[in-house]
Amino acid sequence: MTLDDKDRAILNRMQDDLPLTSHPYAAVADELGLSETELLERLTRLKEDRVITRFGPFFDAAAMGGAFCLCAMAVPAENFETVLTKVNAHPEVAHNYERTHRLNMWFVLATETPAGIEAAADAIERETGIDVLRFPKLQEFFIGFRVAA
Amino acid sequence: MIDTTDRQIIEALQGGLPLSPTPYAQVAKDLGLQETDLLERLTALKARGVIRRIAAAPNHYKLGMTSNGMTVWDVDDACITKLGAQIGALPFVTHCYERPRALPDWPYNLFAMVHGTNCDEVEQKRAEIAAILGDACRAKDILYSTRILKKTGLRLKKKG
Repeated sequence: MTLDDKDRAILNRMQDDLPLTSHPYAAVADELGLSETELLERLTRLKEDRVITRFGPFFDAAAMGGAFCLCAMAVPAENFETVLTKVNAHPEVAHNYERTHRLNMWFVLATETPAGIEAAADAIERETGIDVLRFPKLQEFFIGFRVAA
Repeated sequence: MIDTTDRQIIEALQGGLPLSPTPYAQVAKDLGLQETDLLERLTALKARGVIRRIAAAPNHYKLGMTSNGMTVWDVDDACITKLGAQIGALPFVTHCYERPRALPDWPYNLFAMVHGTNCDEVEQKRAEIAAILGDACRAKDILYSTRILKKTGLRLKKKG
């Protein structure tokens, strides 16, 4: 799909926080000079076309007493799809990317308890026979995943 | 840490917030709560950092950001806190973390995500990072993402 200026303004605004009020979209529509109906129609279309992959609260597992951990695996090309199916079947896998490296599968585990990380990573190792390297964050220098549309 | 009601709220919202005029009223009704109660609980969850923000997760590829590189660096441990903060403050770096090395395979301890419309743009940004790190950086690499394999965010396991 092609994005027009209104779509871009919506995408830029919607990467920031939505207010916790009864009519949150109406408030944002006001800011953007759109009607609430138009904003909702465009958001629905952006989501259907997967320009927006998800809209809603971003939860921090660590603040709930849980944990996040970046993990990597070196998956042989011929087994990639089989391994992928096994890895993605775990609900703890929050996102997963293929990358250009011998370590070619990189995913984030998000669990409700710190022990959940080891349990999920160990289970993936058992099911796939491939080592799961674990890279928990030691320090966070920036968070704010915004892209100018 | 979170009570049963908070948990039900998180479960109801982890797939996303409804795109309708009164999304919180709709979710509250499904949970048998008053809208005001739900808004109060969400406000409290946000104050505690359980909710970071309520926002859109964009698809970089569809926004023309087809070149997405995870730059990785082996930085002298003595300088990592100072240099990491400098790299994280760069406007084009969207995530920046210190992580443990996995020797001997993986000597890198600083991870910074850089996005661009093409590889040249990403490489140019990567060179800016290299210039800041200078001699404190002993080795470096970049891993481009070639495919999104999953992107769902946090999912609580069903209990019981």
